[in-house]
Amino acid sequence: MAKSNKPIVWGLFAAGGTLTAFFLPALIVLTLLAALGYVPDLLAYENMRAFAEHWFGKLVLFVIVSLSLWHAAHRLRITLHDFGFRSDTLIASAVYLVAALGTIAAIVYLLRI
Amino acid sequence: MSERQIQLEVLRYNPETDSEPRFQTYSVPCEAEWVVLDALNYVKDHLDTTLSYRWSCHMAVCGSCGMMINGEPTLSCKAFLRDYPDTIRVEPLVHFPIERDLVTVIDDFMEKLNRVKPYLIPKEARTIAEGEYRQSPAELKRFKQYTLCINCMLCYSACPEYGLIPDFIGPAAIALAHRYNSDSRDGGREQRQQVIATKEGVWECSFVGACSEVCPKHVDPAAALQQVKIASTVDWYKEHLMPWGKS
Ligand code: FES
Repeated sequence: MAKSNKPIVWGLFAAGGTLTAFFLPALIVLTLLAALGYVPDLLAYENMRAFAEHWFGKLVLFVIVSLSLWHAAHRLRITLHDFGFRSDTLIASAVYLVAALGTIAAIVYLLRI
Repeated sequence: MSERQIQLEVLRYNPETDSEPRFQTYSVPCEAEWVVLDALNYVKDHLDTTLSYRWSCHMAVCGSCGMMINGEPTLSCKAFLRDYPDTIRVEPLVHFPIERDLVTVIDDFMEKLNRVKPYLIPKEARTIAEGEYRQSPAELKRFKQYTLCINCMLCYSACPEYGLIPDFIGPAAIALAHRYNSDSRDGGREQRQQVIATKEGVWECSFVGACSEVCPKHVDPAAALQQVKIASTVDWYKEHLMPWGKS
């Protein structure tokens, strides 16, 4: 029996999961803070924009955004399977397509900044 | 000593006379400290000699007494009556064909176990004169937990993926393959990867985690499978992106 090629998507899923486990809670806290009107100076619009303008900032943002998307896509595929949706090929194609589009969109938007 | 009357609802099936399984209820006078297996033995000794079930050690080491107890895969020699209500339902392990009463046909598991080569394939052959294969405590610790499996197959009954996809090699066999793959003395990893790094192997696992919940020996097969996924992913990248880095 041939070895599976699933590591392609699973690798992205695992890497994305590791990242989101750290960044998602931080994002939630920061979003809440911002919603309550406390925006730390470091996170002011000008600073964030400067960060996104730098090539390293772009790289960081790209990695976080795209890997989170691939993580979410695979998670959704497995969750749907666990809930009893059995058309795996269709579901997998759909969720990975969204992740791929999101990845492309991230590149386009980051390069435009 | 206090006694308790337990209603034991046991799934009966005799392939020679029954067209389908049925429940039979036995009223069993039980001692307070008994386990479900004791109650079954009482039935066999005093009420109904035709009841068939497997057991041997009565101490959770042989792995032969697994059954569904109130719907959960459990070792009946470890299921203390004090943890159950007065009516207890006992059925053969699900996801396996029934041979007779509580006895299941385990050929599928045995065949899969065999396929993953769950034995040491030495890296280098050594003669007796050259002495033993040495291993440090740290090297042993890497896989010790996975050696505790008693092949009771509770994890196969708990695993919804195995129920859905009978070809799935399943928790215990993959965890055992991982046990030998992680052994510093072993050189058979590539042979085992051919079997477990496949779709029917570890990639059929969706990490439900029920296998680890029911495992009576705390092997944590789910953890083993996730480690196999990580290692197989690293392999995949090495094989496809760095063909020169093949080990
Ligand atoms: S009788 Fe041996 S494990 Fe239960």
